Amino acid sequence: MDILNLEGTEDTPKIILDKGNGIYEISGRSLPEDSAEFYQPVLDWISEYSGSPNPSTEFMFKLEYFNTASSKLILDVLSALEDIDGVTIIWYFHEDDEDMEEAGEEFSELVEIPFEFKTY
Amino acid sequence: MKYIFDLHQTMLDHNLILVYEGEFTQEITKSVLAMAERNMDSSGEESSTKRKVFNVMVECLQNIVKHADEVDHNHAAVFMIGKHENEYIIISGNPIRQENVASLKEKLEHINGLDKDGLKTLYKDIIKSTEISDKGGAGLGFVDMARKSGQKLGFDFVEMEDGNSFFCLKSCIERS
Repeated sequence: MDILNLEGTEDTPKIILDKGNGIYEISGRSLPEDSAEFYQPVLDWISEYSGSPNPSTEFMFKLEYFNTASSKLILDVLSALEDIDGVTIIWYFHEDDEDMEEAGEEFSELVEIPFEFKTY
Repeated sequence: MKYIFDLHQTMLDHNLILVYEGEFTQEITKSVLAMAERNMDSSGEESSTKRKVFNVMVECLQNIVKHADEVDHNHAAVFMIGKHENEYIIISGNPIRQENVASLKEKLEHINGLDKDGLKTLYKDIIKSTEISDKGGAGLGFVDMARKSGQKLGFDFVEMEDGNSFFCLKSCIERS
């Protein structure tokens, strides 16, 4: 399966989705002009991955900041992952960033996937 | 040339560290954010305050990019940041069509009537049910601004000569 690898920019996150190496990561800043368009390849990748996923999938979010339009798309990503067995979300937040911690908790209340919270 | 001095004086009187007037695009948004970030970095602002200011600025700027009504002959808007001893003030102003005033006012009054938990519930209700609009918004911007600033949103509608209104929005963020 193809690897999705997007370099981060000042308004879009770094994304690596690599089934072979078991790396699933969205990190950095997310405030793209068109969040739906930006996240479409991610949703497409997950849709293909869900056909033959690895036994376990540790999907990592390590976001410094995301805007509200991205938050809707993050929920869409989580909802897509919900249908895959063996998924765990690793939600990173900076140790003094209560808002990012709370955002993770809210997402965890909206989907039926185990979340692990880690600080950096 | 006195207006130059007057403008400068007005900015000083209101503690404005940045004022931008003109067209709003994603590129302008990024530039304004970078300038504000540099200002906060160079003055050694607390990271939690910086994050909240950044957050409210993004929603405010992208609101204008996405939602400012294209009122005839007046597509431009204004954005400013005030830096006071105890707080940052994020202000925007843009023309909107008269027919949109009532619904916008109602939305903002509803948000201002909610406490912390009420805002959290509203946020979750909207994110669960919303679709990204044609304009690219999720309908969460004002709720998020109210949550992140932790204070009521200030707003006003100033009637303009052409019958439309100038929508002014103000968020305050306490400096920790």
